Amino acid sequence: MTDLSRRKLIKTGVAAATGIAGLGVATGLAKNYGLIPPDCGGIWGIGETLNYASYRLLTNHSMAREFARSEISTTPLANEIPPLNDAFKKLQAGGFADWRITVDGMVDRPGMFSLEQLKSYPSRSQITQLACEEGWSYVAEWTGVPLSHVLEVAGIQPQAKYVVYFSIDPDWWDSIDMRDALHPQTYLAYGMNGGDLSVGNGGPLRMRVPRQLGYKNVKFITRLAVTDDLRKFGKGLGSASPEGGYAWFAGV
Amino acid sequence: MAEMRSVPEELMPGLAPLSRSTARPSRHSALVRTTHWIIALSFLALLVSGIEILISHPRFYWGENGNVLTPALFKLPIPSSRSLVPTGYGYVLPDENGWSRYLHFQSAWLAVLTGLVYVAAGVVSGHFRKDLLPSAEEVSWRALGRTIASHLRFERPSAAEAWSYNLLQRLSYLFVIFALFPLVIWTGLAMSPAFTSAFPASVDLLGGRQSARTLHFFVAMSLLLFLLVHVAMVWFAGFRSRMRAMITGRIDQLEDA
Repeated sequence: MTDLSRRKLIKTGVAAATGIAGLGVATGLAKNYGLIPPDCGGIWGIGETLNYASYRLLTNHSMAREFARSEISTTPLANEIPPLNDAFKKLQAGGFADWRITVDGMVDRPGMFSLEQLKSYPSRSQITQLACEEGWSYVAEWTGVPLSHVLEVAGIQPQAKYVVYFSIDPDWWDSIDMRDALHPQTYLAYGMNGGDLSVGNGGPLRMRVPRQLGYKNVKFITRLAVTDDLRKFGKGLGSASPEGGYAWFAGV
Repeated sequence: MAEMRSVPEELMPGLAPLSRSTARPSRHSALVRTTHWIIALSFLALLVSGIEILISHPRFYWGENGNVLTPALFKLPIPSSRSLVPTGYGYVLPDENGWSRYLHFQSAWLAVLTGLVYVAAGVVSGHFRKDLLPSAEEVSWRALGRTIASHLRFERPSAAEAWSYNLLQRLSYLFVIFALFPLVIWTGLAMSPAFTSAFPASVDLLGGRQSARTLHFFVAMSLLLFLLVHVAMVWFAGFRSRMRAMITGRIDQLEDA
């Protein structure tokens, strides 16, 4: 072996070792700072982790764009929804008077809230855009109670990291990290454009997360579960979306 | 290569030109070759996944709002993967958006990070200055007209041209690197509600989310047009030698002469 090739070998070895160690340190730091999404495994894991980590690093205090009243769309499309089940139809027949949302998991005061109770809390409005991953969008005024208020009432425990939310449709659930859950624009929305939220648009209660795409804004919310571990839900990927092939983080 | 160079020319006159040519530096540096192929690969992935995503809503709008209830700026006459989109076709294509979106963003990261390495290295090594930026006296309407005319006559490039870029080539490469790629990244990011929450000007300057989407489509189509012309030109100039130059960095002078 010549001197040159030996030097090259040592150089390459040191570079590789540094690279692997660096990657290890970066992974550790990323985990500590909550930069790893639940669907970080598999062939798309690198892209997803880069997307979510940049989101966490860039947008901690950013607000989704808000619009003037004149910019509200005249065609707030109610996208296709899965066939509504009997439980929903029964509640609908009663004018949603018996609609309840359960809050459980890492909270001091688990319990149930009626729509009336949610509406009795200070209401907020935002004129923001709902954009679908397919490409279409509309601007609407959303009215509801900030999720942070409901979580405060229930008393979230310090170790909580995620809020998992469930639709009345058992196949439809999702989750957001605590920074999104406590974000001032994250609502449990019950009103749209000055009226009640229509069933097509997710009424009587829809999660509104305006810094993420439409599919993160789950319709017909009946349960919130506060947790520190998404592996306990479904297949452990954080929501029904990755189980159907879609990314958990929907900010792009 | 080193042995060839050590042979004194006067001893082997017949081989002198060849030995000089093999001693030449690579046609394309290893960095240019590597980044070229990584970006080529990721661009193809972006193109395929982008078309798949587009199929779920082959309609375009301007401004902030746009959906099937809104009049379209224009529509593509293709079937869709969503039943809500009125296409005139009696069938709905399967939904491929899940993997397409994953692939689109993963390839975008690969293309952008590789592009940054290429641009940084290009500035440091003088690649842009030496190989791509035409000198002031080279740029004139007459010179440009001459290059275009020779292209239109399908003239095969001379052997010397294998070692450098002509004016039209330089200008198109610079346009692709410093205009189309930045634009396609910008218009893409302007569609992200997360990105625009941190940088609202990125979408406001374009006139809204739907404008950004429409522009993203046109810039992507311009890049596709570039790709098609680029491959056609490689074909005309000599597919094998140009491919070898971009893969190994070497040019066989005998073949090109």
